[in-house]
Amino acid sequence: MAGVTSINLVERALLVSIQDDITDTEILELQDRLSNRIAQNRIDGVILDISALEIVDTFVGRVIAQLAGISKLLAAETYVVGMRPTVAVTLVELGMYLPEIRTALSLTHALAQLRRV
Amino acid sequence: MAQSATANILTVLDTDFKGIIEEWLGTQVKEGVKRSDLFSDAESRAQNRELLKAFSKGIRDGVTGEDFDLDDDQWDDLRAVLADVSRERVSRGVTPTEMATFVLALKAPLFKRLEALETSDHSVLIRDVMLVTRLVDAFAIYTNEIFINEREQIIDRQRQEMLELSTPVVELWDRVLTLPLIGTLDSARAQEVMENLLQTILERQAEVVIMDITGVGTVDTQVAQHLLRAAAAVRLMGAECIISGISPMIAQTMVQLGIDVGTVSTRSSIRTALSDALLTVGYVIKKTGDQ
Repeated sequence: MAGVTSINLVERALLVSIQDDITDTEILELQDRLSNRIAQNRIDGVILDISALEIVDTFVGRVIAQLAGISKLLAAETYVVGMRPTVAVTLVELGMYLPEIRTALSLTHALAQLRRV
Repeated sequence: MAQSATANILTVLDTDFKGIIEEWLGTQVKEGVKRSDLFSDAESRAQNRELLKAFSKGIRDGVTGEDFDLDDDQWDDLRAVLADVSRERVSRGVTPTEMATFVLALKAPLFKRLEALETSDHSVLIRDVMLVTRLVDAFAIYTNEIFINEREQIIDRQRQEMLELSTPVVELWDRVLTLPLIGTLDSARAQEVMENLLQTILERQAEVVIMDITGVGTVDTQVAQHLLRAAAAVRLMGAECIISGISPMIAQTMVQLGIDVGTVSTRSSIRTALSDALLTVGYVIKKTGDQ
């Protein structure tokens, strides 16, 4: 296993940095751990930093959408930050507009928006 | 009849090289394609001499039996000279028809001399005439090809330039970008626009993007699709997208076509879009004094 994706608490949000070499099993395991963490702590939001991701497919897109759905059910907003232009174009071309997630340019922007809530 | 098919043609070319050039020029004048207004007499003569020299060299080396292929190495010289002459003539405004007639005018002087040379055997004369016709025709077709290639290169270059010119992303204010779209939005351009825009968002860390379509003549389902995809990609990057410049006409068409813009904000003018955008990044436009 290449390494467990860490979940860090920043202010009242959970920060998850997704690495480029993340495997399908890891991302499913991450989904499970993240759900538990949101339920345990009192969390306003989840910030998924995907700036390291260079390639996405429908699977990753769907998992991101699911993560957003799960955190929403647990009363936390999901922000996807740092998406690369090529990734954005790919997702749009795959028809995955991900309307359920919120997006921000960077971690700073996401935190600023979370504070406003 | 042991002699090769090109022997007579070569004899004609060798014995009266100068005469052929003069008569070729004469035919050009008669056909009205010499264009003395664009080329001096000396220039025309030099061009003709070069062409005929390369032509006879090609015949000497490049024709086997009665077959030839203008793409062979033996015709390199002719192709090069022809390309030069065509380019020179085209750049001075000679039409392709004139250029082809110019080349075809070479037939008459050659035929006349072949006829004078071969008086006894008509089948040989016909064979020679056929070969010259095929050669000169191939020669003329090749000039046309050069002409078309030249044009195509120009069109390609201009299209490329238009593509680059037509997708400027302008920074209006800190973190506010605008993209004035003008003309038609086809798939290639939409792709270029989108990539350019997303890259600039990343570089400038822009939070709001105004896509202004005032200059877009018509919005059909495909154009709308391109716009909405660009807007979706902008949102995924974490910026907000406002589509401005939607005229009443376009608004009506979009509704009639059943285009759903979803959560993308739309404004009728870039003016309202700008004040909204500035508000989003924390600025207001304020009037000074009572002017």
